[in-house]
Order: sequence, then C-alpha cells, then structure tokens
Amino acid sequence: MSDHHSPEEHSHHPSYGTYIVIWLALLGLTALTVAVAGISFGNLAVFVALIVATIKSYLVVTIFMHIKIESKVFTYFIFAALFFFVVSLILLFADYRYL
Amino acid sequence: MSTSAEHVEGHMEHRDDVASRMGVWLFLFTELLLFGGMFLVFAVYKYIHYDEFHLAAKELNSSIGALNTIILLTSSLTIALSITALQQGKKMLSIYLQVLTIVFAFGFMINKYVEWSSKISHGIYPGSEELLAKTSGEILFFGLYYVMTGLHALHVIIGVILIAFMTYGTIKNTINSDKYVRLEAAGLYWHLVDVIWIFLFPLFYLIA
Repeated sequence: MSDHHSPEEHSHHPSYGTYIVIWLALLGLTALTVAVAGISFGNLAVFVALIVATIKSYLVVTIFMHIKIESKVFTYFIFAALFFFVVSLILLFADYRYL
Repeated sequence: MSTSAEHVEGHMEHRDDVASRMGVWLFLFTELLLFGGMFLVFAVYKYIHYDEFHLAAKELNSSIGALNTIILLTSSLTIALSITALQQGKKMLSIYLQVLTIVFAFGFMINKYVEWSSKISHGIYPGSEELLAKTSGEILFFGLYYVMTGLHALHVIIGVILIAFMTYGTIKNTINSDKYVRLEAAGLYWHLVDVIWIFLFPLFYLIA
C-alpha cells in the first residue's frame, strides 16, 4: 500500500550515483593494493594490503549491504561477531609466537 | 522494528523485512566463522613458513586475480543497483541488472577454470608428485589455495543459483517494488562472496 509506507523501510536507500562512486572507490583501492605489491615492501606490503582490504570491506558492508541505513542493532551484531574473530586471532598468535 | 502488514488479495500478510534481513546476517556470521577459521590457518602457516609462502605465491597469476577482483566488485555494484531499480518500480532494468550480475559470475568462474587448469597442467594440484616434491610450506600454500578459492567458488555457484531464482521471481512479479526482501537477501549473500574475495586476493596473489 503506497499510501501508508512504513517510514523506516528504505525511505533513503542510496542512489545510483552513490553506488557508482563507491564502486569507483573500490576499483581505485584495488589498483592501489596491486601497485603497492608491485613496488614490494615485504611485510609492509602485506600490512598495507590488509588495511586496504579492510577499507574495501567497510565500503561494501556500509553502502552495498546497507548497514549505514539499517537499524543500529545490525552494527552491534557485526561488532560482536568481529570481536570474537579478533579474540581467536590474538589467542592463536599468542600461542604460535612462543613456539 | 514494527511488522508491516500489507493487504494482498483481501487477506492480511504479515511481514517483517528487518527481521528477515537480520536472519540473513546471522547466517553471514556463520560464513565469517567458516572462512575466518581458514584465514587463521593461513595466517599461522604463513607466519611459520614465511619464505616458502612467498615463493609459492609467485606461481599464481596476479593478473587473473586482479581481473576477477574487478569482475566481482562490478557484480556487487550491479546487484545493489538492481534492488534500487526494483524499488523505483523499474522492473525490466532490475531484471537486466540481475542477469548482468549472473553474467559477471560466469566470467569469474571461467577465469577460475583457466587459472586452475593451468596450475593442474603444470602438475600443481593436491597430492601430485610435483607438488609433494616441494617444501612443506609450499605444499601447505597450495593446499590452502585450492581449499579456500574452491570453497569461495562454490559460494559463487550458490550465489548464481540464488540470484537466478530471484530473477525468475522478479519476472513472475512475486518479487516486486513493494516486496523485494528476498532479492535483498540474495544481494547480501552476494556481497559477502565479494568481501571474502577482497581478502583472498591480496593474501594469495599479492604476497609474492
């Protein structure tokens, strides 16, 4: 029923333009990772690659997956999931560092 | 969020689109654990066999990897646009964009096929004599490469099937400008496939 759309439902979805800008940013960041890997800074290159991949994921999750306009509960859930992943990562490396 | 009730053909249909999307997200968290566990294994073995991982990664074709990254990012764009198009009532545009997403997915799989068959023709596949003659770090690298990109490719295939069902639903009007949460669900899954590749690509192809 178009005359009583619930207001919280998708009233401000991103426009085509926003999506295309984000897509261009994602392509740009991909080019950046490839370029940095080409110059090759060793450990630094891996670090930069992971930072860039995190930024790209952030853009996909917030804009393409609409987390920016979803209820805040979604964001809390994502942080909870990531929190436990990071805990596993830290505990695992705490073990392997002292092999 | 409140349940939105809609009059459809004289009866009340109860919907909660927000809860539906939350359900998809909960499923995506299990995917995070599935792939996350593998990324942890990768991280530990890369730490232990640092030089051997670098050596092995030189065998991978980073151009094909980069091309597939561009293809997947673009397919993420088209599926996101298809939802906006449907919301605006542009049914045909939405269908074209969904089909385009599937076409990109096939492009990705063709590249993957070319890449894997070139590796296999060089004798590099799990259990091959040529691979087993290499150092343990290289064997681990290629084992993880086949398992992780293989599992990701399986997700691409599942994604194509899901999107194809959504396209059919859109054609049949069961997915329309008022009721499109299933298309959104398929879109969320597809974006996750993209996010996983965003991490797979630099870790496997760019560490050489």
